[in-house]
Amino acid sequence: MLSAFLQFLISGVTVGAIYALCGLGFSIIYNASHVINFAQGEFIMIGAMTAVSLVEAGVPMPLAILLAILVTMAVGVLLEKLAVEPARKASVTTLIIITIGASIFLRGLAQEVWDKNFHKMDPFSGDTPINLFGAVLMPQTLWVLGTALLVILLLAWFFNRTLEGKAMLATSFNPLAAQLMGINTKRVLMLSFGLSAALGAVGGIVITPITFTAYDNGIMLGLKGFSAAVLGGLGNGFGAVAGGLIVGIAEAMAAGYLSSAYKDAVAFVIILLVLVFLPNGLFGRKGTERV
Amino acid sequence: MSMQAWKILASAAAVAFTAAAGPALAADPIKIGSFLSATGPASFLGDPEKKVLEKYVAEYNKAGGVAGRKIELVLYDDAGAADKASSFVKRLIENDKVDLIIGGSTTGTTMAAVPLVEAAGMPFVSLAGAVVIVEPVKKWVFKTPHTDRMAAEKIFADMKKKGITKYAMISENAGFGKSGHDETLKVQANYGMTLVADETYAPKDPDVTAQLTKIKNTAGVQAVINWGFGQSPAVVTKNYKQLGVAAPLYQSHGVASKDYIKLAGDASEGVRLPAAGLVVADQLPATDMQKAVCAKFQKEYQADFKAEASTFAGHAFDGLQMALAAISRAGSTDKAKVRDEIEKTSGYIGTGGTVHMSATDHMGLNLSAFHMVEIKKGDFALSD
Repeated sequence: MLSAFLQFLISGVTVGAIYALCGLGFSIIYNASHVINFAQGEFIMIGAMTAVSLVEAGVPMPLAILLAILVTMAVGVLLEKLAVEPARKASVTTLIIITIGASIFLRGLAQEVWDKNFHKMDPFSGDTPINLFGAVLMPQTLWVLGTALLVILLLAWFFNRTLEGKAMLATSFNPLAAQLMGINTKRVLMLSFGLSAALGAVGGIVITPITFTAYDNGIMLGLKGFSAAVLGGLGNGFGAVAGGLIVGIAEAMAAGYLSSAYKDAVAFVIILLVLVFLPNGLFGRKGTERV
Repeated sequence: MSMQAWKILASAAAVAFTAAAGPALAADPIKIGSFLSATGPASFLGDPEKKVLEKYVAEYNKAGGVAGRKIELVLYDDAGAADKASSFVKRLIENDKVDLIIGGSTTGTTMAAVPLVEAAGMPFVSLAGAVVIVEPVKKWVFKTPHTDRMAAEKIFADMKKKGITKYAMISENAGFGKSGHDETLKVQANYGMTLVADETYAPKDPDVTAQLTKIKNTAGVQAVINWGFGQSPAVVTKNYKQLGVAAPLYQSHGVASKDYIKLAGDASEGVRLPAAGLVVADQLPATDMQKAVCAKFQKEYQADFKAEASTFAGHAFDGLQMALAAISRAGSTDKAKVRDEIEKTSGYIGTGGTVHMSATDHMGLNLSAFHMVEIKKGDFALSD
């Protein structure tokens, strides 16, 4: 019985870590501009697809991963330059709608650049399951968890300890004041898209050995990542990870102890309940009304 | 001008028009309409189907067309959406005035077209799987692919041979998976099978070990059937291996392509599934009449598209051939005659099997169209 429980838990952590890693990417752009970037899922996909196609072409994996991250970053910066920046004076809602359009465009582009097939990537450290009291854990899950933790630490350091990060936060609170203080707010927004894209790519690459990848995989991953980020509190790296794990573990426990038919419903009920009582998510900053 | 004069003028014009159009009519192209899910979530069906229709229509035309008439293909991409399919079918019928429709990559898009073609009296060859398309029989609707019910029956027949009576099922909770799940339950009694565990998952779930753990811990499971499409069967297969479930794993005909083996890797070793002859063409005995047909199609497809022809590509090929043969036998594109001739298709050997249609069977395939295959050393091996 314990082994079954452990297996459900591991399944939940695996899925949850994937959601968490996808959710983390939302926080940077949100922190810089309060825009929710719905093309984040496409960054995840582009990172994964680039890495996979480079590996298939014979490029060594570490180099392929590095190149994929750079390519995705370039896509993020271009997206900001060509689509978001020209509309910078528009409201946040308009910008969000622009990112939705961008996501559809990027998906179509990926379909042309690559193909419509599913692709796989070999696990980073083999696929021999690790046995834990009768339950099995795949080494790649540890990679996903480790990467998520590393990303949270880096994010915390970036926003609290670096000038760039502080400039970003300042821009999100009050763009005009930030500009008056000498912050180049245009550059901040571009930087935030580049970093978010890089983060998405990292996530996409690390999870591909578990999830496979295809031109339209970004939709589901982006949506689940977004749910995780909202549940934990948008803009908060730790919150995204907690949110992802909560959703993942709830799904697995529901599938294990209730019925797999209710799996998705249980996750949504939890998200709804949390948002009803804590509109800013579990770890979100208290919403301060700016008059 | 008086009313009378108008009428005379109109009829004179009509006569002149008919006279002019008369000889031209013989050389008018045969218009074949098609709506496929060439992009979107079902593009793995629609994309190869589109390639096949375009390729073979071009080839027929190079050879002089059918009954001395060229073929014109009018093709729309419904992106897997039933509402789009419905409006494209309307356009095919009313604006493009096609003679026949081949298409409908998914059961959803096909069923959206059914009421329209029935009302218009338009012969329609569907490329989708579910039984509902031809059961009950609809006057104008035919289909080429095997049904999920046949796949379930084939799997049960194989289980019976192995002495299995208790099985578990894990299926995708939408579309193909759901339909396969329901059809399996309908026929299980005919083979004396009992379902002991019934699990589902969402099509894009990255991990299903929770569901498989439940199946593993259920007493008496002798075999497991997975219903799914695309990446999910590969996820199930990988997780199945990770957990070390001992019972044999059966997949559906939905994964009968090399892509599945590539995705699932070593974990797919030993998986059994029903598949059309096309998948194992080179292993069929020389006496099998399908062997030559499949091998030729496979070769031609690979030469053009540098990829393995899936069974879905084969469904489009079969549909086009049967439809054109019917038009050729009918000697015209008169819709009622063409419909009657499609229904009379008998002994056509296609990539999906030997087709014997009748007034009560608008698919015309039986269980012999399926072969049981087992994945051995990263390839499909004939196993029945």
